[in-house]
Amino acid sequence: MLGIFKIAYKLLVNDRAKFAALLVGITFAVFLMIQMTSLFSGVLSRSSATVINIGATMWVMDPAVQTVANSIPMPDYVLDEVRSIPGVKYAVPLYSGGALAKLRDGTYQFVTVMGLDDATLFGRPRLIDGNIQDIFAENGFIVIKDAEFAKLENPTIGTEFELNDHRVKIVGIGEVATSGLFGVPTLYTTYNRALQYLPNTRFTASYILVEPKTASDAAVIAGRVHAMGYLALTKDQFIDKIAAFYTFRTGLGTNILLMTVISFIVGLSISGQTFYTFIIENLEKFGALKAIGAKSRELVAMILFQAAFTALTGYGLGIGLCAVMIWLARLRIPDYAAVITFPNIGLAFAMVVIIAGISSYVGVRKVLTIEPFDIFRG
Amino acid sequence: MADVAVRAAGLTKWFGEGATRTLAVQNVSFEAFFGEMLYVVGPSGSGKTTMLSMVSGILRPNAGTVEIEGTDIWRLSGDEIATFRLRKLGFVFQDYHLFPRLTTQENVAIPLILQHRDWDEAMAEALRDLKIVGLENRAALPPVKLSGGEQQRVAIARAIVSRPEILILDEPTASLDGDTGRTVLSFVRRELLTDQRCIIIITHDARIFEFANRIMHMEDGKLTGITQAGAGPMEVAGET
Repeated sequence: MLGIFKIAYKLLVNDRAKFAALLVGITFAVFLMIQMTSLFSGVLSRSSATVINIGATMWVMDPAVQTVANSIPMPDYVLDEVRSIPGVKYAVPLYSGGALAKLRDGTYQFVTVMGLDDATLFGRPRLIDGNIQDIFAENGFIVIKDAEFAKLENPTIGTEFELNDHRVKIVGIGEVATSGLFGVPTLYTTYNRALQYLPNTRFTASYILVEPKTASDAAVIAGRVHAMGYLALTKDQFIDKIAAFYTFRTGLGTNILLMTVISFIVGLSISGQTFYTFIIENLEKFGALKAIGAKSRELVAMILFQAAFTALTGYGLGIGLCAVMIWLARLRIPDYAAVITFPNIGLAFAMVVIIAGISSYVGVRKVLTIEPFDIFRG
Repeated sequence: MADVAVRAAGLTKWFGEGATRTLAVQNVSFEAFFGEMLYVVGPSGSGKTTMLSMVSGILRPNAGTVEIEGTDIWRLSGDEIATFRLRKLGFVFQDYHLFPRLTTQENVAIPLILQHRDWDEAMAEALRDLKIVGLENRAALPPVKLSGGEQQRVAIARAIVSRPEILILDEPTASLDGDTGRTVLSFVRRELLTDQRCIIIITHDARIFEFANRIMHMEDGKLTGITQAGAGPMEVAGET
């Protein structure tokens, strides 16, 4: 069979114009599909950045919360009640809010402020410069060195600027696993200082971070919190909730899905049409092979091999092209939110298999119906 | 005394049904022998190609039998007939049907590749047969770079590469000028006709009749007669 595949390969690649057209079709389709889904994955990943970076096992919140960025403050007694639930190892408040920073050059920059529990600093970032204890110093803040860092004029330890008319002094530079979605620099400070610097409603705790004693306690805690009229989600559940919001409630998911389907149709149209033409042009030759003694299954194998080879080559090129495009985009936009994930390339692979399957199905049907007698009589 | 290579008995074929039914071949019986060059001649639509398609296992007859070396080929399954054709029969199609995207050598090797022979081995044997047809220096070229006569020799090399006992040529001189046609047929007779091979040729071309041992005449789907031809009578079983 190896020789038959070699013949099929040569028939395919030696017809350079058609092979190129097939590859362009598949590559373009894969590129678009992966680019679209990668952007979507990037957006989803960024949308849960706070959840990922803080790293708490469970999050208690108001049931109306849709995304981590739009928290609804809870009264302090909720924290006390949560701490009293059996199975809770510890529970700490987290403040999450936004403020305007006035920089030394007089410009304003919106920033995200995370207020960490004063006693534990649970959820603090990893410091690459400075001392964590300095966060308790007067006006002490930690700035995150990510793609948005430069928007605060690349601060160093000791840099000062205004935040809501309060003085801020940078005492540490940290890093986190994931940048945020909205292109805004992030500052960390203590919970109480955050409350002092940012205007608040009557209730103050954005979230309550909970660590269960055991994994099985998570369900119990969730039930008890639910009975209090609040919502307790594990980290993964919260990420899923945020993803569901962006996917189904913002139109983002629908648009990405539409673009992916359009990419699929474009790829199918180009490669299906070209492959069909390729088969039609070689139909008499396939008929001659039948007359010589080729079995139908061998001809089918040849066509499937050609379709599979084209699809996989185009698939690889499409992924490569997408990776290069993301790399190039990041040279210009460091915070470009696209990430190629295994589910993305798995989805694109499934779609490419469908494209190859439909394209070859048409060819296989043609080849199976050609009669050697038609070739023989000319 | 030559052995029977092909024995056809009562071959009948019709196309369509009812009022549109057309009888293409009617009750044709004949024998072809090893060491013989047998021509099938007749006007267009006389049933030559249909008859030979049934003989070569390409078109199933409505009635009659075909025995090749004692095997009733139409009792075989579809795959068995394909394998039988691959090993026992060689075809030279009127339009050659060479793959333009393969080299001449690869085209010739196709029957061996279809027999799942090793690639290098198949290529070596293809080159051997290209030498026989005088085209070894064209082995690496695609067929489109060759003249019509050369393409036909490539098709002949492809037909003989698996050493078939039965060689079938369909209108081998149709696209060739008179001299080239005679040269090709002279070559076929001289180089390819052996005691272990039977060559059957469909043709209209009276200029090449001299190379035949016998000529089958067909008209309106019927065998109207078999005559001795220019190459003279051959010693065959039952015909002394």
